[in-house]
Amino acid sequence: MHIIDVKNLSKRFGDFTAVKEISFSVEKGEVFGFLGPNGAGKTTTINMLTGLAQPTSGEIMIASQDGIKDIKKVQQIIGIVPDESNLYDEMSGYANLVFCASLYGLEKATREKRALELLKQFSLDNTGDRPFKAYSKGMKRKLTIAAGIIHEPEILFLDEPTTGIDVESARQIRHLIKTLNAKGTTIFLTTHYIEDAERLCNRIGFIVNGKVIKVSKTNDLMSEAQQENIVEFFIEKSESELEAALLHQFPQVSIKQSSPDSIKISSVERVQLMPFMRFFEAQGVVVSEARILRPSLEEVFVNITGIEINKLKKEKEGKKK
Amino acid sequence: MRQRMAFWSILVKDMQNYYLKPPNISWGIIFPISWTLMFFMRSSTPVDIRDILPGVMALSVLFGTTSMLAVTITFERKSRSFERLLLAPISLNLLMLAKTTGAIVFGIVNAFVPVLFASFLVDLSGIHWVTMIVGVFLIAVTSTFLGLFIAVSVREVFEAQTFSNFFRFPMMFLCGLFIPIESLPVFVRPISYVLPLTYGADLLKFSINQNGHIQLWISLIVLLAYSVGLFLISTHNIKKKWIY
Repeated sequence: MHIIDVKNLSKRFGDFTAVKEISFSVEKGEVFGFLGPNGAGKTTTINMLTGLAQPTSGEIMIASQDGIKDIKKVQQIIGIVPDESNLYDEMSGYANLVFCASLYGLEKATREKRALELLKQFSLDNTGDRPFKAYSKGMKRKLTIAAGIIHEPEILFLDEPTTGIDVESARQIRHLIKTLNAKGTTIFLTTHYIEDAERLCNRIGFIVNGKVIKVSKTNDLMSEAQQENIVEFFIEKSESELEAALLHQFPQVSIKQSSPDSIKISSVERVQLMPFMRFFEAQGVVVSEARILRPSLEEVFVNITGIEINKLKKEKEGKKK
Repeated sequence: MRQRMAFWSILVKDMQNYYLKPPNISWGIIFPISWTLMFFMRSSTPVDIRDILPGVMALSVLFGTTSMLAVTITFERKSRSFERLLLAPISLNLLMLAKTTGAIVFGIVNAFVPVLFASFLVDLSGIHWVTMIVGVFLIAVTSTFLGLFIAVSVREVFEAQTFSNFFRFPMMFLCGLFIPIESLPVFVRPISYVLPLTYGADLLKFSINQNGHIQLWISLIVLLAYSVGLFLISTHNIKKKWIY
């Protein structure tokens, strides 16, 4: 059963089209990952789904309600955790949660009880009376997620939940996402961390240049990736003649990526290292390391989006800063 | 019920976070005292406190409301906590009324600080209190919505302050509080009659000293029209700029 249905959704800013007639659906109870490089249209899409941006055209149905005309009704059943913590600095963690609950009409006793429960669940019960500004980045992130689920939404939109926080907090947040999902909350997750998507998502949609170019089950994407065998050779110097000779000698492989000090090859058949080592030796090229790569969602992401891994890593680092 | 609860929570949160902070309370006390002292110091003849009371009250409201609202909304917008309110299941009109009610109350309380001080110094009998309260309320509402209009028009907190002064200072000198409109150059007078504070100040002058020059109903209609107009323009701008 679809809980989110998006049809031909577009968003234009003047001459620039940020989102171009995208269509996808999210199943009730799943974790749906929305992946794409910076500027691909992820946040604009989330903003349109949650009511912070008006679509230029298209349709949004959320829990059988019109997500454009009846957005205020929809907002009652959705929770939103933005990419940056946006609670009130001067207010305590507890007061922030109680205030957020009141925006959704929870009775005083209920909101106070929920706030205390969430502080405990997020291991913040000892710091609930501290002002939000005194929290660490990881604590802020956790409290922002707690604020997003205080009214027990049916759908939770999580924008980059683990970006820029410490490893332990990120691990806790991943655990919380799994727990929430196990309790029946549908989760719409955008992330730069392919590993997070791989671990958490049931299905993934890829958006590039404002277009959704693929939506598939994570398992299917992984199977697709695992059909490919990839080996990376770290060498002294890679030249075009060397690549040509390699392809001539091993016609069953293709060169996936090459840089001045490495060559990455892929093959649908299992790759035996020794013939390649002998080939490089014959060519007078010293191989310092040969690595068989475990096919990952990152490879799938790179194949689908055409974004180089190095660029992706730079984006991640930029986002962290 | 749900909407009322959200309205009340936003109002209480703003009162606690902004308006009831010690610097703002002290500002509300110091501002009217400073203005009153300024009149005493610059005047070579004895100053009748009742004469300057409408001006001090009107300016207390104007400066109190525009400063607070323009800054708090710009600040919340900058820290993105305002987004949280926009994403809540409450209508935009109700949300903006909740955000502005705190400033209106702050403005009204500010206006009565000089009245309280004056009550210890001069005889306040003969004041038309109903007109005064209506006048203060309408000045507070109009000034607050002017603050809202300013907040929606700028991005930075310092811009909010600068843009506020663009409206406040001409109003201060041209609304007839300190310089009678009849004494202003002929070409400036039409500007005076475009400014909402002219009508608010006239209501206060009428209520305190019975020397207003504009018909009461005209002042009421103009102030109401300004309030509704500024609120509608501001919410329209919010939809256009912030729910882009």
